[in-house]
Amino acid sequence: MIRTRALWEHGVKTGMIGGISALLVALVGMVESFHRRDIIAEMVTMGQILLLALGIMMGYIAARRTPDREPATRCLNAMIGSLVTGGFLALLVAFGRLVNLRDVLVNASPMLYKLLTLGHSGIAGILLILLIGSGCGVFSAVLYFLPHLVRRVAIASLSSMIVVGVLQDLIRPVLSAWGPVAVIGDWLFTGNGLTLSGAISIVVLIAIITSVWALKGETIRTGYTRLSGGSRRGIRAGGLLILALVLFALPHILGLFLSEVLTIVGLYVLLGLGLNIVVGYAGMLDLGYVAFFAIGSYVTAILTSPELGFFSFTFWQALPFAVIIGVFSGVLLGIPVLKMRGDYLAIATLGFGEIIRILVLSDFLRPWLGGAQGAGKIPKASIFGYLFVGPQQIYYLILAGCLLVVFISLRLKGSRLGRAWMAMREDEDVAQAMGINLVATKLLAFATGAGFSALSGAVFASKLGSVYPHSFNVMISINILCLIIVGGIGSIPGVIVGAAALVGLPELLREFAEYRMLVYGAALVAMMLLRPEGLWPEARHRIEFHEAQTESRKPEPSPAT
Amino acid sequence: MKRFIAFFIVLFFVIGLGTAAAADKGVVTVKKGEPVHIAYWFVVSGANTSLGMDTVRGCEIAIEDFGGKVKGHPVKLSGQDSSCNPEGGQAAATKIASDPTVVAAIGSNCSSSAKPGVPILWAAGIPTISPSNTAPYLTDPKRGEGFNGYLRTCHNDTVQGAVAAQFVKNVLKLERAATIHDGSVYAEQLTQVFAETFKKMGGTVTAQEAVSPGDTDMRPVLTSIATGKPGMIYLPIFIAEGGHITRQAKEVSGLEKTKLMGADGIFSPDFYKAAGEAAIGMFHTSPDFSAFPEGYKNFLKKHQEKYGKKPEAPFHAHAYDAAMMILKAIDNVAVAGKDGSLTIDRKKLRDALYATKGFRGMTGTLNCDSHGDCADPRIAVYETKIENIKKGEMPTQPYWKPY
Amino acid sequence: MFQRWKESITPTDIVMWLIGGSLLLMILWGSAATIAAGKYTGRHWIDFVIFGLAQGSIYALIATGYTMVYGVLKMINFAHGEIFMSGPYTAYFVAAAMYRSDFLDHHPYTALLVIFVVAMTVSTLIAYFLEKIAYRPLRDAPRLIPLITAIGASFFLQYTFRGLYGSGFQAYPVIKIFEGHWTLLGIRILKFQVVVIVAAILLMVALYSFIMLTRAGKAIRAVSEDKEASSLMGINVDGMVSTTFVIGGMAAGAAGVLYALMFKQVHFFMGFIPGIKAFTAAVLGGIGNIPGAMLGGIFLGLIESVGPSLFLDGLGIPAPYQLKDAIAFTMLVLVLIFRPTGIMGERLAAKKA
Repeated sequence: MIRTRALWEHGVKTGMIGGISALLVALVGMVESFHRRDIIAEMVTMGQILLLALGIMMGYIAARRTPDREPATRCLNAMIGSLVTGGFLALLVAFGRLVNLRDVLVNASPMLYKLLTLGHSGIAGILLILLIGSGCGVFSAVLYFLPHLVRRVAIASLSSMIVVGVLQDLIRPVLSAWGPVAVIGDWLFTGNGLTLSGAISIVVLIAIITSVWALKGETIRTGYTRLSGGSRRGIRAGGLLILALVLFALPHILGLFLSEVLTIVGLYVLLGLGLNIVVGYAGMLDLGYVAFFAIGSYVTAILTSPELGFFSFTFWQALPFAVIIGVFSGVLLGIPVLKMRGDYLAIATLGFGEIIRILVLSDFLRPWLGGAQGAGKIPKASIFGYLFVGPQQIYYLILAGCLLVVFISLRLKGSRLGRAWMAMREDEDVAQAMGINLVATKLLAFATGAGFSALSGAVFASKLGSVYPHSFNVMISINILCLIIVGGIGSIPGVIVGAAALVGLPELLREFAEYRMLVYGAALVAMMLLRPEGLWPEARHRIEFHEAQTESRKPEPSPAT
Repeated sequence: MKRFIAFFIVLFFVIGLGTAAAADKGVVTVKKGEPVHIAYWFVVSGANTSLGMDTVRGCEIAIEDFGGKVKGHPVKLSGQDSSCNPEGGQAAATKIASDPTVVAAIGSNCSSSAKPGVPILWAAGIPTISPSNTAPYLTDPKRGEGFNGYLRTCHNDTVQGAVAAQFVKNVLKLERAATIHDGSVYAEQLTQVFAETFKKMGGTVTAQEAVSPGDTDMRPVLTSIATGKPGMIYLPIFIAEGGHITRQAKEVSGLEKTKLMGADGIFSPDFYKAAGEAAIGMFHTSPDFSAFPEGYKNFLKKHQEKYGKKPEAPFHAHAYDAAMMILKAIDNVAVAGKDGSLTIDRKKLRDALYATKGFRGMTGTLNCDSHGDCADPRIAVYETKIENIKKGEMPTQPYWKPY
Repeated sequence: MFQRWKESITPTDIVMWLIGGSLLLMILWGSAATIAAGKYTGRHWIDFVIFGLAQGSIYALIATGYTMVYGVLKMINFAHGEIFMSGPYTAYFVAAAMYRSDFLDHHPYTALLVIFVVAMTVSTLIAYFLEKIAYRPLRDAPRLIPLITAIGASFFLQYTFRGLYGSGFQAYPVIKIFEGHWTLLGIRILKFQVVVIVAAILLMVALYSFIMLTRAGKAIRAVSEDKEASSLMGINVDGMVSTTFVIGGMAAGAAGVLYALMFKQVHFFMGFIPGIKAFTAAVLGGIGNIPGAMLGGIFLGLIESVGPSLFLDGLGIPAPYQLKDAIAFTMLVLVLIFRPTGIMGERLAAKKA
């Protein structure tokens, strides 16, 4: 009796989750709009891959979660999982063809149904969906029972092919810009997607690389640890040198748009490092960080823009003023919130961010700050006649800024001040009892964070050539907070990785702008559920997090009750 | 560690200075069978999506009407989201500019995106025609070289604001008016132009107020305006705030007889939904659709067939004309090679676009001046009647035309 | 005693008082100038106050649900604005159908009931599943983690609703029984404004009595004091947390319908700014404190309505209404400088001596 229940229970449950996800994905319009992009030209589109992947994943998860060890049961669950997922879609099509859902759910259109049923009308179409669902089930079952290594290889190679297909817009210009390499571009891509031969070659190539790494990886790693300290350091230095050369040449390899993306990511890294000090080191939740970014930009604008007409400094002359005034405003805005803790601090700083934004937008300050129209004609930076005008040059400016700020952050972390911050973060009262001057420590944290932010703001103003009040809204503060936490609180490489993930990826996927935020939100939730310590956390945090989780996990009720 | 980093900072600067990159942007070669690539950069996400999507559809219909091909090569229309802000414009323009197969661009919707974006496109040799940038500075003689590849098929805001002021003073014969803007570049510009023109004509501007996007309670602002006893309130803003103000103005004591006037930002059926019956008797300035020649009726029919609905914003016809201009110019300038390829000289394309004269487009006869203003600026004033609200359709016949 | 007090204040306290004092001074100066200029009559000021009360009641409605959840879980539920949006947006379609079939005009009260039920159900379901899927696993995590999850959930919900229902506006039909105004004691007040103020008071009373008088309320209070002790005492912590979210969701759904009926526009983004304002109102009153949320909401509404006219108009500042949010936040900081835990302090229910 009990065994029968458990037989299909997980399959159905997972299938239902999958079904609802599939429905959601179809009804928000993702499937239709992804359908426009071919992964393999004329054969498979991104929309289809999305649904197939969902189906396969659900089957796989169903198989994995089945507590029963017997392969038949697992297979069954896999099949059921994928089938139910497909079933939900079939129901949608069936229902939607009878009742006009379009007035409420704007995407439940005949186009969608045609897509889902591959153009077949009536019962044939619906059966086709169920058939495809079962196909996914079979595939996922097979995937589950493959030996571990083969499975890794298969997943890696197929996903790489899909990723290349998705990012074709970015890869193609890069490849075609470099003469001899352009041939690879022609071999891989055509018209709207990958060529069949191109797709197969990517799959094969990645399969080979993954298998080699999997088989030989251990040997290489143990070999590395066996090396002596001296040669290890040598390898490390060599690695750093290569990294430096790559970082250096990056804008010229990657071309115009990708350099632009790198500059945007770089600006957010600067901002993230600053907020990292306030939130990560000192533990103060600041939701109004964009205020200092705005101050840095506007000071630069006031000092350099001929449109506002007050001064006409060059960028380099304005930069120190921007940073110093930023630091000063950090202190100024830090004073009123000294006694506030936790969420009161959060809302008060949010308030400051909004106050600054409203002030720079206002008609009241328009004669000095430009009001809604903003201020333009901010000069680009230049050194000895070399003008930092396009993204490929501004990249270097930002790279230098990032290196500077990383350096300062690292030094601060290991210094007395850094330790005072961390003590304050853990427990303010104890820190004060130990003799730490809370006021000075807090203000220094705000000041340093504000300084980095103002630096970023000044570069931003020069890069864009103008400042608009609409660029400085609360979403930016929220974004920066998200990226430092997703990267790993307090961790410097974490900030870089977080910026790449939460700022770089959405920029790369600008074409799918409509679904960017949806995926962003879902990704944030998923990250926090699966890996709350972040993508590249400090070692200490990783231990802390998993400790907390193992402690609080209650024993699951055994299925045989 | 410290030394390493310091060393690298210096190293980077030294080597970075020495490197330079240049790309050959003079000519685009389209190989046999490959498409002619035109890119758009519009607002296709966020609150103003309908503005962007409307212009996208205008372009798509234009391409279809042209035959979908130029000199035997299919036309490929791809797009980027410019998000109605300068960073978005910069990113979208950079993405387009980095693709060497793009021949010409259509966009942007918002003037704030155009300011950084247009020079980036032109630096890559890509001319761009905008169907809805209305900020005057984009075709100002002093705008800078980066704008040498820029044209627009829509009117300039100095025209629209002035028409509104003329209408209020000369036709409605009201002496006192107040303005409300919402902090956006577009609205603030229009209220400035309106106020200046109105004052020059001898009227009194009783108040120049502002609200913020997301505000819902407009009654305090309206009460404050009511103390100045204006005969008309000019609100060239967007749907959400426009809707609230329109509804609440009727309830504020002192404003019962005051008339309301909006601009093309709220000339859309969504506004009728938002404002309801309070919009009866309201005026709008907008491009004069009744002046559009015969082709417009066919356009509307095609739009309904293809997308299942009517256009949702006022700039689809301008987008159509922009796309047509580009296709015709490419047709004129492209040289077909013996191997089936097509060579397009970028400078010649730009010159051909600027030389457009007497072009019979859907929005009228387009003549491009030396700064890129091509529009046949016909702005009319419309009045909203009860049938418009009941049917959810904009009025088609103007109430007044300044010409 | 004075000596002790003198010793306990620090230079920071003095600086803060200086800041607070100068802000107050500016406010008084501006108010004096405005009243002296005489631009507004007494009638106008009464109007401003009424607008503020009505708007403030709406904020109070949203803030009350928000503050209850915060009181129990100590987390900033960023997604509260989206829970607030989902109910009325979904109920719109029902309302539109009823309007088209004239059911709305003939049976307005029944129609209203249906709309409320639909909206509250949707909001509650979303709140319940949100808690179960996204917040429960993270209950013991450091504070920042659930905050990010909430932010992510907020974006996800916004854009899901945008994808499902489209990115345009929908407008609620006009309900005739609520249109028009009454004249009480010579003051003109809109019928709907009265409805909203009354609704806010009713909701607050209902929630407060729930928390104070019922057993479930007592259990919720216990959980908010100490989760582990409560579970040792036999209280089903998970259940109580879910109940809190459910009630918060219901309150948000009801607030949403009232908001939609008042302002008529529903839109996928409509919850974001009310969410932030609710957060502000809750903090103003004291987070976790239900009467405090009500007070905070009303206070916020009044500041937004009366503030620009009173403080700034006299100083000759152009377009003062653009700055109303800045004034609101400045007042928030001012309040927090002098009372760091909000006007009424931060207990979920007032501690009985």
